[in-house]
Amino acid sequence: MTSDAPRPPPRRRLFGAWGSRELKGLFWQVLVVGIAVAIIAFLWSNTVTNLTARRITTGFAFLGREAGMPIADSLLAYNPRDAYLWAFVVGVANTLRVAVIGIVLATVLGTLIGISRLSANWLLSRLAAVYVETLRDIPLLLQLLFWYVLMQALPAARAAWRPVEGVFLSNRGLILPAIPVGPPQLWVLGMAVLGLVAFFLIQRWLVAQQMRDGKPRPAWPFAVGLVLALPAAVSVALGVSWTIEWPALRGFNFVGGLTLAPEYFALLIALVTYTSAFIAEIVRSGIQSVPRGQWDAANALGLRRSFMLRQIILPQALRVIVPPMTSQYLNLTKNSSLAVAIGYQDVVSIANTTLNQTGQAIEAIALIMAVFLTISLGISFFMNWYNARIALVER
Amino acid sequence: MTVITDIPDVPRAARRPQIGNPALRWLRTNLFSSIPNGILSVVLLAVLAKGIFSFVQWGIANAVWLTPANDSSACRAARGLGACWAIIPEKYRFILFGTYPFDEQWRPALSVVLFITLFYLSTRRALWRRELALLWIGALALISILMWGGVFGLSFVSQDRWGGLPVTLILATFGLAFGFPLGILVALGRRSKLPAIRSLSVLYVELIRGVPLVSLLFMASVMFPLFMPSGFNIDKLLRAQIAIILFAGAYLAEVIRGGLQAVPRGQYEAADALGLSYWRKHRLIVLPQAIRHVIPPLVNTFIAFFKDTSLVLIIGIFDLLTTAKTAIIDPAWQQFSVEVYIFVAAIYFVFCFAMSRYSRSLEATSGR
Repeated sequence: MTSDAPRPPPRRRLFGAWGSRELKGLFWQVLVVGIAVAIIAFLWSNTVTNLTARRITTGFAFLGREAGMPIADSLLAYNPRDAYLWAFVVGVANTLRVAVIGIVLATVLGTLIGISRLSANWLLSRLAAVYVETLRDIPLLLQLLFWYVLMQALPAARAAWRPVEGVFLSNRGLILPAIPVGPPQLWVLGMAVLGLVAFFLIQRWLVAQQMRDGKPRPAWPFAVGLVLALPAAVSVALGVSWTIEWPALRGFNFVGGLTLAPEYFALLIALVTYTSAFIAEIVRSGIQSVPRGQWDAANALGLRRSFMLRQIILPQALRVIVPPMTSQYLNLTKNSSLAVAIGYQDVVSIANTTLNQTGQAIEAIALIMAVFLTISLGISFFMNWYNARIALVER
Repeated sequence: MTVITDIPDVPRAARRPQIGNPALRWLRTNLFSSIPNGILSVVLLAVLAKGIFSFVQWGIANAVWLTPANDSSACRAARGLGACWAIIPEKYRFILFGTYPFDEQWRPALSVVLFITLFYLSTRRALWRRELALLWIGALALISILMWGGVFGLSFVSQDRWGGLPVTLILATFGLAFGFPLGILVALGRRSKLPAIRSLSVLYVELIRGVPLVSLLFMASVMFPLFMPSGFNIDKLLRAQIAIILFAGAYLAEVIRGGLQAVPRGQYEAADALGLSYWRKHRLIVLPQAIRHVIPPLVNTFIAFFKDTSLVLIIGIFDLLTTAKTAIIDPAWQQFSVEVYIFVAAIYFVFCFAMSRYSRSLEATSGR
């Protein structure tokens, strides 16, 4: 706040050229940093003393030792003879499995409910409001325990519910028919992803062309060609089989299909329903933030409703929606650590077991923090990039 | 996409010829404005009716409301058909007050009443004066006396026997009471022109917000003893309380920072022109405006934070949720956890719903 205008000399000038403001600033910084350093040094020296007293060696050498802990439900192959490091990796994979699928499902469900709240249908909007209010005002951990108890109260495998043919819901979890995915199937899926990317690039180019000469060019032939025909051709050429594996009850358990363990399923339901309530509010406020005049103008132009939503309303609403949505994605990821309460082995739960087995508290917690900070930074980075893309270009 | 098509359909509905009967007109505009809407309404009504019918059957018609003390046979007989609300009168004192000595439970009960009165008074705008702070200090002192005892003829009750609702309220209230000034300091630090202070504040906020609360609580429960000089032992509840304060401080700091950014530059410049010192400038001019700007998001942070105190279950502190979970370990009542969870959910809901209603009324009346 210094100004160029001549000002009266300060009353006290301690060190010549140093104005009192700079000196004060320096004093405060030295004081705060000094206190912070003193606290850390105090804690550090206590910790070192305590660790030597308890004969715990510091360092990450324990990661190479045999973990010996069972992990019931994991995406990656694991057996208790593997090292702690691998157990951690399995835990991270489990966390990501909940977080990624949870984010996708919560976004879909939350968007549907947010739009329902704005529906002209009184009943639908009321129901959506009740859903949002109820789920937001009850602690997630309580909801998680509730779902888990409900999962355990489901009938045994023999008497499993069959809402749809081939789908079983029992106290063993949710069993779905699935297509076994191996390397050949992955090739085809990879091709589809590649086709999708190519389609987006082509679509952008088509829009740019239309901007130039105003002639609309259909994009759907490219979509069909790249996203459907190309992977199909690859699939036929490689002779990949896409037979669905139907689960069946053999003895006391199910064989085949995809099994979602009760812990995983309960965690997923709890995270998705809870987060969807918050996402619904974000979507609602985003849509409401688009001025009425935009709707009216689009209507006056006689645009088709789907075109109007896609090209006029959504791009404006997204600007309001994306930043708070990022925090919800981060929250969902962090909240997946509640898994520890019902015994789903995510990275926090595995770190906690490691901590209890080895006493390496500092290292275990440092690993948890490193994992979550990395995931958080990754999500923020992606969402900030996306946000910058859709942000209003101010000239 | 069928749902999307009926967003702001009000004008179209209003164009329809008005029918005489107001009830019919209401139905027409709100439920049957178009054919897809009508189909949707019928389907929703059917689902809702089925849902309400089965809930009434389970929760009221076939429910067991009372049983003789510690006898769950009637509930077992009704299992699968009706709810066992009898578990609530059986267990409510344990759920609400944990293992606090049975004959002394009027003390935590009175503390809860005091807390609620205090919260209620704090929502009255007319009372937002300096006296309110004094009232808070007095009431919190009174609550400590009630909970601990040891003076005025009250028997001493050690902290590890506290449990249930008072513990939840204590964790939340003290978390806020200390987290709030911490948040203000950190928010000011983040906007400070002094690089060392700014980076320390950023580091603190980002570290705390980047990791799950669960890991902070683990840290409090396992690492605090390592941090402290040997022989120095602090209570488990206090350790969790410290973790919660640090957590609340980081989140509140970000909300307050938003408020600070909303204060016009002219206000800072005017304060500088008056020659106010940094602290007087913030205390008298900037902070009151900044906090007024962010009251609704602050209340929302309080709600989130009130719910998050339930996570202390993971490190074995007897808050409301932990007592609920413990109450159903009793073999005779083990199968009736859903009823207990509904009861506890209702308690949390009442607190959070009241807060969110209050936040909405503030938003409506703050005239911005």
